[in-house]
Amino acid sequence: MIISVASGKGGTGKTTVAINLALSLNGNIPVTFLDCDVEEPNAYLFLKPQIKSTQSIGIPIPEIDKFKCNYCGKCAEICAYNAIAVVKKQVLIFPELCHGCGGCSLLCPEGAISETEKEIGIIEEGSTSGISFIHGKLNIGEPMATPLIRAVKRKVNSDGINIIDVPPGTSCPVIEAVKGSDFCILVTEPTPFGLNDLKLAVETLRKLKIPFGVVINRADLGDSKVDDYCAKENILILMRIPFRREIAMAYSKGVPIISELPEYKERFKKLFDNVQANIK
Amino acid sequence: MKQIVIISGKGGTGKTIITASFASLAENKVMADCDVDAADLHLLLHPEIKEKHEFRAGNKLVIDPQKCNQCGKCIEVCRFDAISEHQSTRAPEHQIIIDSISCEGCGICAKVCPEDAIMTKENLCGEWYISDTKYGSLVHARLGIAEENSGKLVSLVRQNAKTIAENKNMDYVIIDGPPGIGCPVIASLSGVDLALIVTEPTLSGIHDMERIIGVANHFGVKAVVCINKYDLNLENTQSIEEYCQGSNIEVMGKIPFDKVVIEALVRGIPVVEYSKDGVSEEIEKIWERVRSHCDESVS
Repeated sequence: MIISVASGKGGTGKTTVAINLALSLNGNIPVTFLDCDVEEPNAYLFLKPQIKSTQSIGIPIPEIDKFKCNYCGKCAEICAYNAIAVVKKQVLIFPELCHGCGGCSLLCPEGAISETEKEIGIIEEGSTSGISFIHGKLNIGEPMATPLIRAVKRKVNSDGINIIDVPPGTSCPVIEAVKGSDFCILVTEPTPFGLNDLKLAVETLRKLKIPFGVVINRADLGDSKVDDYCAKENILILMRIPFRREIAMAYSKGVPIISELPEYKERFKKLFDNVQANIK
Repeated sequence: MKQIVIISGKGGTGKTIITASFASLAENKVMADCDVDAADLHLLLHPEIKEKHEFRAGNKLVIDPQKCNQCGKCIEVCRFDAISEHQSTRAPEHQIIIDSISCEGCGICAKVCPEDAIMTKENLCGEWYISDTKYGSLVHARLGIAEENSGKLVSLVRQNAKTIAENKNMDYVIIDGPPGIGCPVIASLSGVDLALIVTEPTLSGIHDMERIIGVANHFGVKAVVCINKYDLNLENTQSIEEYCQGSNIEVMGKIPFDKVVIEALVRGIPVVEYSKDGVSEEIEKIWERVRSHCDESVS
Protein backbone atom coordinates (compact mmCIF):
# COMPACT_ATOMS: atom_id res chain seq x y z
CA MET A 1 0.00 0.00 0.00
CA ILE A 2 1.32 3.42 -0.92
CA ILE A 3 0.01 6.50 0.90
CA SER A 4 1.44 9.80 -0.26
CA VAL A 5 1.23 13.09 1.61
CA ALA A 6 1.08 16.16 -0.63
CA SER A 7 -0.21 19.73 -0.50
CA GLY A 8 0.25 22.11 -3.42
CA LYS A 9 1.26 24.91 -1.08
CA GLY A 10 4.50 24.53 0.85
CA GLY A 11 4.73 24.66 4.61
CA THR A 12 1.21 23.41 5.34
CA GLY A 13 2.42 20.42 7.35
CA LYS A 14 3.08 17.57 4.90
CA THR A 15 6.12 16.34 6.71
CA THR A 16 4.39 16.64 10.09
CA VAL A 17 1.48 14.50 8.93
CA ALA A 18 3.71 12.00 7.12
CA ILE A 19 6.10 11.33 10.00
CA ASN A 20 3.44 11.22 12.70
CA LEU A 21 1.37 8.87 10.58
CA ALA A 22 4.37 6.57 10.04
CA LEU A 23 5.25 6.60 13.73
CA SER A 24 1.69 5.75 14.74
CA LEU A 25 1.65 2.54 12.69
CA ASN A 26 3.47 0.09 14.92
CA GLY A 27 1.51 -2.91 13.77
CA ASN A 28 2.70 -6.12 12.18
CA ILE A 29 3.03 -4.77 8.68
CA PRO A 30 6.44 -3.33 7.77
CA VAL A 31 6.41 0.46 7.32
CA THR A 32 8.65 2.21 4.80
CA PHE A 33 9.05 5.97 4.82
CA LEU A 34 10.15 7.55 1.54
CA ASP A 35 11.01 11.25 1.55
CA CYS A 36 10.57 12.31 -2.07
CA ASP A 37 11.01 16.02 -1.36
CA VAL A 38 14.55 15.62 -2.63
CA GLU A 39 15.11 19.35 -3.04
CA GLU A 40 14.47 19.99 0.64
CA PRO A 41 14.27 16.66 2.47
CA ASN A 42 13.32 17.33 6.09
CA ALA A 43 11.72 14.16 7.44
CA TYR A 44 15.06 12.84 8.71
CA LEU A 45 15.25 15.81 11.09
CA PHE A 46 12.24 14.33 12.90
CA LEU A 47 12.74 10.60 12.38
CA LYS A 48 16.50 10.72 13.05
CA PRO A 49 17.19 7.45 11.23
CA GLN A 50 20.45 5.64 11.46
CA ILE A 51 21.76 5.78 7.91
CA LYS A 52 23.17 2.45 6.81
CA SER A 53 23.86 3.00 3.15
CA THR A 54 24.40 5.82 0.71
CA GLN A 55 24.05 5.49 -3.03
CA SER A 56 25.00 7.98 -5.71
CA ILE A 57 22.26 8.61 -8.27
CA GLY A 58 23.06 9.93 -11.68
CA ILE A 59 21.59 10.40 -15.08
CA PRO A 60 23.28 9.15 -18.24
CA ILE A 61 24.76 11.98 -20.25
CA PRO A 62 26.47 11.67 -23.63
CA GLU A 63 30.18 11.41 -24.12
CA ILE A 64 31.62 11.91 -27.58
CA ASP A 65 34.39 9.76 -29.04
CA LYS A 66 36.35 12.42 -30.92
CA PHE A 67 37.96 9.85 -33.18
CA LYS A 68 34.68 8.43 -34.39
CA CYS A 69 32.67 11.68 -34.55
CA ASN A 70 32.42 13.28 -37.98
CA TYR A 71 30.49 16.33 -36.74
CA CYS A 72 27.42 15.51 -38.82
CA GLY A 73 25.20 17.23 -36.25
CA LYS A 74 22.58 14.50 -36.09
CA CYS A 75 22.78 14.34 -32.27
CA ALA A 76 22.10 18.05 -31.91
CA GLU A 77 19.18 17.72 -34.29
CA ILE A 78 17.70 14.80 -32.36
CA CYS A 79 18.07 16.30 -28.91
CA ALA A 80 14.73 17.71 -27.77
CA TYR A 81 16.33 19.57 -24.90
CA ASN A 82 19.05 21.49 -26.75
CA ALA A 83 21.63 19.72 -24.62
CA ILE A 84 23.99 19.18 -27.58
CA ALA A 85 25.33 21.72 -30.04
CA VAL A 86 27.70 21.01 -32.90
CA VAL A 87 29.76 23.99 -33.96
CA LYS A 88 32.44 23.56 -36.59
CA LYS A 89 34.71 20.80 -35.33
CA GLN A 90 33.38 20.75 -31.84
CA VAL A 91 30.51 19.06 -30.00
CA LEU A 92 29.29 20.97 -26.96
CA ILE A 93 27.33 19.13 -24.27
CA PHE A 94 25.22 20.92 -21.68
CA PRO A 95 24.68 18.31 -18.94
CA GLU A 96 22.20 20.43 -16.96
CA LEU A 97 19.80 20.40 -19.93
CA CYS A 98 20.13 16.67 -20.65
CA HIS A 99 17.19 14.48 -19.61
CA GLY A 100 19.11 11.27 -20.21
CA CYS A 101 16.76 9.97 -22.92
CA GLY A 102 19.62 8.18 -24.65
CA GLY A 103 18.50 9.20 -28.14
CA CYS A 104 21.84 10.62 -29.24
CA SER A 105 23.85 7.52 -28.40
CA LEU A 106 21.19 5.28 -29.91
CA LEU A 107 20.92 7.16 -33.18
CA CYS A 108 24.47 8.43 -33.83
CA PRO A 109 25.31 7.08 -37.32
CA GLU A 110 28.99 6.75 -36.41
CA GLY A 111 28.45 5.04 -33.06
CA ALA A 112 30.53 7.84 -31.59
CA ILE A 113 28.38 8.54 -28.53
CA SER A 114 28.52 6.55 -25.36
CA GLU A 115 26.95 7.44 -22.05
CA THR A 116 28.52 8.35 -18.79
CA GLU A 117 26.82 8.79 -15.47
CA LYS A 118 26.55 12.29 -14.03
CA GLU A 119 25.63 12.42 -10.35
CA ILE A 120 22.57 14.53 -9.54
CA GLY A 121 22.14 13.52 -5.92
CA ILE A 122 22.27 10.72 -3.40
CA ILE A 123 19.92 8.29 -1.74
CA GLU A 124 20.37 7.41 1.91
CA GLU A 125 18.76 4.38 3.53
CA GLY A 126 18.43 3.51 7.15
CA SER A 127 15.94 2.72 9.86
CA THR A 128 14.31 4.29 12.85
CA SER A 129 11.90 2.93 15.46
CA GLY A 130 11.05 -0.06 13.30
CA ILE A 131 10.52 2.02 10.15
CA SER A 132 12.61 1.60 7.02
CA PHE A 133 13.72 5.05 5.96
CA ILE A 134 14.80 6.26 2.50
CA HIS A 135 15.35 9.76 1.24
CA GLY A 136 16.93 11.48 -1.72
CA LYS A 137 19.07 14.59 -1.56
CA LEU A 138 19.45 16.61 -4.71
CA ASN A 139 22.90 18.11 -5.20
CA ILE A 140 23.10 21.91 -4.84
CA GLY A 141 22.84 23.62 -8.22
CA GLU A 142 21.23 20.59 -9.87
CA PRO A 143 17.95 21.52 -11.61
CA MET A 144 16.34 18.14 -12.26
CA ALA A 145 14.74 16.38 -9.33
CA THR A 146 12.58 13.78 -11.06
CA PRO A 147 15.22 11.11 -11.84
CA LEU A 148 16.21 11.17 -8.17
CA ILE A 149 12.57 10.88 -7.04
CA ARG A 150 12.20 7.93 -9.40
CA ALA A 151 15.22 6.30 -7.75
CA VAL A 152 13.77 6.82 -4.25
CA LYS A 153 10.49 5.27 -5.37
CA ARG A 154 12.21 2.15 -6.62
CA LYS A 155 12.66 1.36 -2.91
CA VAL A 156 8.92 0.99 -2.30
CA ASN A 157 8.22 -2.19 -0.34
CA SER A 158 5.28 -3.80 -2.09
CA ASP A 159 4.53 -6.02 0.91
CA GLY A 160 4.19 -3.23 3.42
CA ILE A 161 2.82 0.21 4.08
CA ASN A 162 4.71 2.97 2.30
CA ILE A 163 4.41 6.59 3.34
CA ILE A 164 5.65 9.10 0.76
CA ASP A 165 6.48 12.70 1.65
CA VAL A 166 5.81 14.70 -1.55
CA PRO A 167 7.41 18.03 -2.54
CA PRO A 168 5.18 21.14 -2.80
CA GLY A 169 3.69 22.36 -6.09
CA THR A 170 1.85 20.63 -8.93
CA SER A 171 4.54 20.11 -11.57
CA CYS A 172 6.80 17.22 -12.57
CA PRO A 173 8.45 16.43 -9.20
CA VAL A 174 5.01 16.20 -7.57
CA ILE A 175 3.66 13.95 -10.31
CA GLU A 176 6.67 11.67 -10.08
CA ALA A 177 6.27 11.43 -6.29
CA VAL A 178 2.50 10.76 -6.13
CA LYS A 179 2.24 8.52 -9.21
CA GLY A 180 1.18 5.00 -8.27
CA SER A 181 -0.19 5.95 -4.83
CA ASP A 182 -3.22 4.07 -3.56
CA PHE A 183 -4.28 7.15 -1.67
CA CYS A 184 -3.05 10.70 -1.26
CA ILE A 185 -3.49 12.82 1.86
CA LEU A 186 -3.62 16.51 0.97
CA VAL A 187 -2.55 18.76 3.80
CA THR A 188 -3.84 22.30 3.67
CA GLU A 189 -4.43 25.33 5.85
CA PRO A 190 -7.64 27.39 6.02
CA THR A 191 -6.29 30.50 4.28
CA PRO A 192 -6.77 31.85 0.73
CA PHE A 193 -3.30 30.51 -0.18
CA GLY A 194 -4.08 27.12 1.30
CA LEU A 195 -7.38 26.95 -0.58
CA ASN A 196 -5.98 28.14 -3.92
CA ASP A 197 -3.19 25.57 -3.86
CA LEU A 198 -5.51 22.85 -2.55
CA LYS A 199 -7.68 23.32 -5.62
CA LEU A 200 -4.62 22.88 -7.85
CA ALA A 201 -3.60 19.76 -5.96
CA VAL A 202 -7.12 18.36 -6.25
CA GLU A 203 -7.06 18.93 -10.02
CA THR A 204 -3.71 17.16 -10.20
CA LEU A 205 -4.93 14.10 -8.29
CA ARG A 206 -8.14 13.92 -10.28
CA LYS A 207 -6.09 13.97 -13.46
CA LEU A 208 -3.94 11.15 -12.10
CA LYS A 209 -7.04 9.29 -10.85
CA ILE A 210 -5.66 8.89 -7.33
CA PRO A 211 -8.18 8.84 -4.47
CA PHE A 212 -7.55 11.51 -1.86
CA GLY A 213 -8.76 13.22 1.30
CA VAL A 214 -7.83 16.40 3.13
CA VAL A 215 -6.15 17.15 6.44
CA ILE A 216 -6.67 20.72 7.63
CA ASN A 217 -3.72 21.93 9.64
CA ARG A 218 -3.82 24.97 11.93
CA ALA A 219 -7.55 24.46 11.49
CA ASP A 220 -8.57 27.21 13.88
CA LEU A 221 -6.63 30.00 12.12
CA GLY A 222 -8.03 31.58 8.98
CA ASP A 223 -11.52 31.15 7.58
CA SER A 224 -14.00 28.41 6.70
CA LYS A 225 -13.62 28.48 2.91
CA VAL A 226 -11.60 25.26 2.74
CA ASP A 227 -14.47 23.51 4.52
CA ASP A 228 -17.01 25.05 2.15
CA TYR A 229 -14.95 23.98 -0.86
CA CYS A 230 -14.55 20.42 0.41
CA ALA A 231 -18.27 20.16 1.13
CA LYS A 232 -19.15 21.44 -2.32
CA GLU A 233 -16.68 19.15 -4.08
CA ASN A 234 -17.58 16.20 -1.92
CA ILE A 235 -14.03 15.86 -0.64
CA LEU A 236 -13.45 13.90 2.51
CA ILE A 237 -11.93 15.80 5.45
CA LEU A 238 -9.83 13.21 7.24
CA MET A 239 -8.48 15.17 10.18
CA ARG A 240 -8.12 18.63 11.67
CA ILE A 241 -5.05 19.69 13.59
CA PRO A 242 -5.46 22.91 15.58
CA PHE A 243 -2.80 25.60 15.86
CA ARG A 244 -1.08 25.13 19.20
CA ARG A 245 2.15 26.72 20.30
CA GLU A 246 3.27 23.33 21.73
CA ILE A 247 2.89 21.79 18.27
CA ALA A 248 4.71 24.67 16.57
CA MET A 249 7.45 24.50 19.20
CA ALA A 250 7.81 20.70 18.87
CA TYR A 251 8.00 21.07 15.09
CA SER A 252 10.67 23.75 15.39
CA LYS A 253 12.83 21.39 17.43
CA GLY A 254 12.36 18.41 15.16
CA VAL A 255 10.10 16.58 17.63
CA PRO A 256 7.09 14.60 16.32
CA ILE A 257 3.71 15.71 17.69
CA ILE A 258 3.04 12.25 19.10
CA SER A 259 6.14 12.49 21.31
CA GLU A 260 5.07 15.86 22.70
CA LEU A 261 1.32 15.18 22.86
CA PRO A 262 0.85 11.38 23.14
CA GLU A 263 -2.93 11.64 22.68
CA TYR A 264 -2.18 12.39 19.02
CA LYS A 265 -1.00 8.85 18.43
CA GLU A 266 -4.62 7.64 18.54
CA ARG A 267 -5.66 10.46 16.22
CA PHE A 268 -3.03 9.51 13.64
CA LYS A 269 -4.01 5.85 13.93
CA LYS A 270 -7.56 6.92 13.20
CA LEU A 271 -6.30 8.90 10.23
CA PHE A 272 -4.71 5.72 8.90
CA ASP A 273 -7.91 3.70 9.47
CA ASN A 274 -9.82 6.43 7.72
CA VAL A 275 -7.44 6.30 4.76
CA GLN A 276 -7.52 2.51 4.61
CA ALA A 277 -11.31 2.52 4.62
CA ASN A 278 -11.22 4.79 1.59
CA ILE A 279 -8.89 2.71 -0.53
CA LYS A 280 -11.01 0.63 -2.81
CA MET B 1 17.08 48.70 -12.49
CA LYS B 2 17.56 46.01 -9.85
CA GLN B 3 16.04 42.55 -9.61
CA ILE B 4 15.22 41.19 -6.17
CA VAL B 5 14.00 37.62 -5.65
CA ILE B 6 12.30 36.39 -2.48
CA ILE B 7 13.02 32.70 -1.91
CA SER B 8 13.17 30.27 0.98
CA GLY B 9 13.98 26.67 0.09
CA LYS B 10 11.28 25.51 2.48
CA GLY B 11 7.70 26.29 1.51
CA GLY B 12 5.32 28.27 3.65
CA THR B 13 7.86 30.48 5.39
CA GLY B 14 6.17 33.68 4.21
CA LYS B 15 7.67 34.53 0.81
CA THR B 16 4.46 35.70 -0.81
CA ILE B 17 3.28 37.70 2.20
CA ILE B 18 6.61 39.57 2.21
CA THR B 19 6.60 40.04 -1.57
CA ALA B 20 3.09 41.53 -1.41
CA SER B 21 4.17 43.87 1.37
CA PHE B 22 7.18 44.96 -0.69
CA ALA B 23 4.80 45.60 -3.58
CA SER B 24 2.90 47.93 -1.31
CA LEU B 25 6.00 49.65 0.12
CA ALA B 26 8.26 49.98 -2.90
CA GLU B 27 7.96 52.64 -5.56
CA ASN B 28 8.72 52.32 -9.27
CA LYS B 29 8.61 48.56 -9.52
CA VAL B 30 7.24 45.64 -11.46
CA MET B 31 6.23 42.40 -9.75
CA ALA B 32 6.81 38.90 -11.08
CA ASP B 33 5.22 35.78 -9.59
CA CYS B 34 7.64 32.99 -10.44
CA ASP B 35 5.93 30.32 -8.35
CA VAL B 36 4.25 29.23 -11.55
CA ASP B 37 2.88 25.89 -10.38
CA ALA B 38 1.24 27.19 -7.20
CA ALA B 39 0.99 30.93 -7.71
CA ASP B 40 -0.57 32.89 -4.85
CA LEU B 41 0.61 36.49 -5.19
CA HIS B 42 -2.48 37.39 -7.23
CA LEU B 43 -4.63 36.66 -4.17
CA LEU B 44 -3.10 39.69 -2.46
CA LEU B 45 -2.47 42.00 -5.43
CA HIS B 46 -5.78 41.43 -7.25
CA PRO B 47 -4.53 41.83 -10.80
CA GLU B 48 -6.63 42.91 -13.72
CA ILE B 49 -5.36 40.82 -16.61
CA LYS B 50 -4.37 42.97 -19.62
CA GLU B 51 -2.57 40.42 -21.76
CA LYS B 52 -2.92 36.67 -21.83
CA HIS B 53 -0.47 34.44 -23.70
CA GLU B 54 -0.25 30.74 -24.32
CA PHE B 55 2.84 28.99 -23.11
CA ARG B 56 3.94 26.25 -25.47
CA ALA B 57 7.03 24.25 -24.73
CA GLY B 58 8.31 20.83 -25.48
CA ASN B 59 6.43 18.07 -27.24
CA LYS B 60 4.20 15.16 -26.47
CA LEU B 61 4.14 12.03 -28.59
CA VAL B 62 1.02 10.27 -29.79
CA ILE B 63 0.63 6.89 -31.50
CA ASP B 64 -1.60 6.51 -34.53
CA PRO B 65 -3.33 3.17 -33.82
CA GLN B 66 -4.08 2.75 -37.53
CA LYS B 67 -0.40 2.65 -38.42
CA CYS B 68 0.97 0.92 -35.32
CA ASN B 69 1.72 -2.78 -35.71
CA GLN B 70 2.57 -3.32 -32.03
CA CYS B 71 6.22 -4.18 -32.72
CA GLY B 72 7.16 -2.70 -29.35
CA LYS B 73 10.33 -0.97 -30.51
CA CYS B 74 9.16 2.28 -28.91
CA ILE B 75 8.63 0.60 -25.54
CA GLU B 76 12.23 -0.63 -25.71
CA VAL B 77 13.77 2.79 -26.30
CA CYS B 78 11.66 4.86 -23.91
CA ARG B 79 13.67 5.67 -20.81
CA PHE B 80 10.75 7.26 -18.99
CA ASP B 81 8.47 4.21 -18.82
CA ALA B 82 5.87 6.25 -20.67
CA ILE B 83 4.94 3.65 -23.30
CA SER B 84 3.12 0.46 -22.52
CA GLU B 85 1.02 -2.23 -24.03
CA HIS B 86 -2.57 -1.83 -23.12
CA GLN B 87 -5.24 -4.49 -23.23
CA SER B 88 -8.35 -2.79 -24.46
CA THR B 89 -11.69 -4.16 -23.40
CA ARG B 90 -13.19 -3.45 -26.78
CA ALA B 91 -10.46 -4.42 -29.23
CA PRO B 92 -9.22 -8.00 -29.26
CA GLU B 93 -5.57 -7.08 -29.91
CA HIS B 94 -3.19 -5.19 -27.66
CA GLN B 95 -2.75 -1.52 -28.17
CA ILE B 96 0.37 0.50 -27.49
CA ILE B 97 -0.23 3.78 -25.76
CA ILE B 98 1.89 6.68 -24.55
CA ASP B 99 1.13 8.08 -21.13
CA SER B 100 1.26 11.83 -21.68
CA ILE B 101 2.06 12.47 -18.02
CA SER B 102 5.18 10.31 -17.99
CA CYS B 103 6.28 11.36 -21.50
CA GLU B 104 9.16 13.84 -21.40
CA GLY B 105 8.91 14.59 -25.09
CA CYS B 106 12.33 13.34 -26.20
CA GLY B 107 10.76 11.94 -29.36
CA ILE B 108 13.13 9.00 -29.70
CA CYS B 109 10.16 6.63 -30.03
CA ALA B 110 9.00 8.51 -33.13
CA LYS B 111 12.49 8.34 -34.63
CA VAL B 112 12.82 4.57 -34.22
CA CYS B 113 9.26 3.61 -35.19
CA PRO B 114 9.54 1.52 -38.39
CA GLU B 115 5.91 2.27 -39.28
CA ASP B 116 6.16 6.01 -38.81
CA ALA B 117 3.19 5.70 -36.49
CA ILE B 118 4.25 8.14 -33.79
CA MET B 119 3.56 11.83 -34.18
CA THR B 120 4.88 14.83 -32.33
CA LYS B 121 2.40 17.25 -30.89
CA GLU B 122 3.41 20.64 -29.60
CA ASN B 123 2.53 20.90 -25.97
CA LEU B 124 0.39 23.65 -24.49
CA CYS B 125 1.85 23.83 -20.98
CA GLY B 126 0.13 26.82 -19.50
CA GLU B 127 -0.57 30.52 -19.76
CA TRP B 128 1.13 33.70 -18.69
CA TYR B 129 -0.28 37.13 -18.08
CA ILE B 130 0.62 40.77 -17.89
CA SER B 131 -1.67 42.49 -15.44
CA ASP B 132 -2.31 45.83 -13.83
CA THR B 133 -2.55 46.06 -10.08
CA LYS B 134 -2.88 49.10 -7.89
CA TYR B 135 0.80 48.58 -7.09
CA GLY B 136 1.98 48.50 -10.70
CA SER B 137 2.41 45.81 -13.33
CA LEU B 138 2.43 42.15 -12.40
CA VAL B 139 3.67 39.39 -14.68
CA HIS B 140 2.38 36.00 -13.60
CA ALA B 141 1.56 32.60 -15.00
CA ARG B 142 -0.23 29.39 -14.56
CA LEU B 143 1.50 26.17 -15.44
CA GLY B 144 -0.94 23.54 -16.63
CA ILE B 145 -1.70 20.78 -14.15
CA ALA B 146 0.94 18.06 -14.21
CA GLU B 147 2.98 19.92 -16.81
CA GLU B 148 6.71 20.27 -17.26
CA ASN B 149 8.94 23.13 -18.29
CA SER B 150 8.30 25.25 -15.21
CA GLY B 151 11.85 26.63 -15.52
CA LYS B 152 11.15 27.93 -19.03
CA LEU B 153 7.89 29.52 -17.91
CA VAL B 154 9.70 31.21 -15.02
CA SER B 155 12.29 32.59 -17.44
CA LEU B 156 9.52 33.90 -19.67
CA VAL B 157 7.79 35.63 -16.74
CA ARG B 158 11.06 37.18 -15.63
CA GLN B 159 12.03 38.29 -19.11
CA ASN B 160 8.72 40.08 -19.57
CA ALA B 161 8.83 41.70 -16.16
CA LYS B 162 12.32 42.95 -16.92
CA THR B 163 11.29 44.34 -20.29
CA ILE B 164 8.36 46.21 -18.75
CA ALA B 165 10.61 47.59 -16.02
CA GLU B 166 13.13 48.78 -18.60
CA ASN B 167 10.53 50.34 -20.86
CA LYS B 168 8.84 52.16 -18.02
CA ASN B 169 12.12 53.14 -16.43
CA MET B 170 11.36 51.35 -13.21
CA ASP B 171 13.83 50.88 -10.37
CA TYR B 172 12.99 47.34 -9.25
CA VAL B 173 11.67 43.99 -10.36
CA ILE B 174 10.36 42.20 -7.28
CA ILE B 175 10.19 38.45 -7.83
CA ASP B 176 8.19 35.98 -5.74
CA GLY B 177 10.11 32.72 -6.04
CA PRO B 178 9.00 29.10 -5.72
CA PRO B 179 9.99 26.72 -2.91
CA GLY B 180 12.72 24.12 -3.35
CA ILE B 181 16.15 24.35 -4.98
CA GLY B 182 15.48 22.80 -8.41
CA CYS B 183 14.84 24.04 -11.91
CA PRO B 184 12.18 26.78 -11.33
CA VAL B 185 14.19 28.12 -8.37
CA ILE B 186 17.37 28.29 -10.40
CA ALA B 187 15.45 30.08 -13.16
CA SER B 188 14.04 32.56 -10.60
CA LEU B 189 17.40 33.21 -9.03
CA SER B 190 19.95 33.34 -11.79
CA GLY B 191 21.18 36.82 -12.62
CA VAL B 192 19.26 38.73 -9.94
CA ASP B 193 20.91 41.51 -7.96
CA LEU B 194 19.80 40.27 -4.57
CA ALA B 195 18.10 37.21 -3.10
CA LEU B 196 16.15 37.72 0.12
CA ILE B 197 15.90 34.35 1.83
CA VAL B 198 12.92 34.03 4.15
CA THR B 199 13.49 31.46 6.83
CA GLU B 200 11.83 30.42 10.07
CA PRO B 201 13.34 29.24 13.36
CA THR B 202 12.63 25.54 12.84
CA LEU B 203 15.15 22.81 12.11
CA SER B 204 13.54 22.36 8.70
CA GLY B 205 13.70 26.10 8.03
CA ILE B 206 17.38 26.22 8.96
CA HIS B 207 18.27 23.13 6.94
CA ASP B 208 16.47 24.45 3.87
CA MET B 209 17.98 27.93 4.28
CA GLU B 210 21.47 26.46 4.26
CA ARG B 211 20.71 24.59 1.04
CA ILE B 212 19.22 27.62 -0.72
CA ILE B 213 22.18 29.77 0.38
CA GLY B 214 24.33 27.09 -1.26
CA VAL B 215 22.35 27.50 -4.48
CA ALA B 216 22.71 31.30 -4.37
CA ASN B 217 26.47 30.94 -3.87
CA HIS B 218 26.67 28.36 -6.66
CA PHE B 219 25.14 30.85 -9.09
CA GLY B 220 27.03 33.84 -7.70
CA VAL B 221 23.97 35.65 -6.36
CA LYS B 222 24.26 37.81 -3.26
CA ALA B 223 21.96 36.53 -0.53
CA VAL B 224 20.54 38.18 2.59
CA VAL B 225 18.22 36.60 5.15
CA CYS B 226 15.13 37.53 7.12
CA ILE B 227 13.72 35.40 9.91
CA ASN B 228 9.95 35.07 10.00
CA LYS B 229 8.02 34.06 13.14
CA TYR B 230 11.34 34.45 14.93
CA ASP B 231 9.81 34.35 18.42
CA LEU B 232 8.38 30.83 17.97
CA ASN B 233 11.82 29.47 18.90
CA LEU B 234 14.38 32.00 20.09
CA GLU B 235 17.13 29.42 20.40
CA ASN B 236 16.82 28.48 16.74
CA THR B 237 16.63 32.16 15.80
CA GLN B 238 19.96 32.62 17.52
CA SER B 239 21.44 29.66 15.60
CA ILE B 240 20.29 31.25 12.35
CA GLU B 241 21.90 34.56 13.29
CA GLU B 242 25.13 32.80 14.22
CA TYR B 243 25.13 30.78 11.03
CA CYS B 244 24.59 33.93 8.96
CA GLN B 245 27.30 35.79 10.79
CA GLY B 246 29.70 32.92 10.20
CA SER B 247 28.82 32.82 6.51
CA ASN B 248 29.01 36.58 6.11
CA ILE B 249 25.34 36.90 5.28
CA GLU B 250 23.43 39.86 6.62
CA VAL B 251 20.18 39.38 8.52
CA MET B 252 17.78 42.05 7.32
CA GLY B 253 15.30 41.66 10.14
CA LYS B 254 13.22 39.43 12.38
CA ILE B 255 9.46 39.32 12.04
CA PRO B 256 7.45 38.20 15.08
CA PHE B 257 4.69 35.61 14.93
CA ASP B 258 1.37 37.41 14.91
CA LYS B 259 -2.12 36.36 13.90
CA VAL B 260 -2.57 39.68 12.08
CA VAL B 261 -0.63 38.09 9.22
CA ILE B 262 -3.36 35.48 8.75
CA GLU B 263 -6.12 38.04 9.28
CA ALA B 264 -4.66 40.20 6.51
CA LEU B 265 -4.28 37.15 4.29
CA VAL B 266 -7.92 36.17 4.82
CA ARG B 267 -8.90 39.71 3.83
CA GLY B 268 -6.69 39.50 0.75
CA ILE B 269 -4.46 42.48 1.48
CA PRO B 270 -0.72 42.87 2.15
CA VAL B 271 -0.16 42.80 5.91
CA VAL B 272 1.56 46.22 5.89
CA GLU B 273 -1.76 47.74 4.83
CA TYR B 274 -3.71 45.91 7.49
CA SER B 275 -1.72 46.55 10.63
CA LYS B 276 0.75 49.26 11.45
CA ASP B 277 2.71 47.89 14.39
CA GLY B 278 4.96 44.85 15.08
CA VAL B 279 5.03 42.76 11.94
CA SER B 280 4.42 45.65 9.56
CA GLU B 281 7.03 47.90 11.13
CA GLU B 282 9.59 45.15 10.83
CA ILE B 283 8.72 44.41 7.20
CA GLU B 284 9.08 48.12 6.44
CA LYS B 285 12.54 48.10 7.99
CA ILE B 286 13.45 44.99 6.02
CA TRP B 287 12.35 46.64 2.79
CA GLU B 288 14.42 49.75 3.56
CA ARG B 289 17.49 47.60 4.20
CA VAL B 290 16.94 45.46 1.11
CA ARG B 291 16.48 48.60 -0.95
CA SER B 292 19.63 50.29 0.30
CA HIS B 293 21.56 47.04 -0.29
CA CYS B 294 20.39 47.03 -3.89
CA ASP B 295 21.01 50.72 -4.44
CA GLU B 296 24.54 50.41 -3.07
CA SER B 297 25.51 47.54 -5.34
CA VAL B 298 26.85 48.61 -8.71
CA SER B 299 24.89 47.30 -11.63
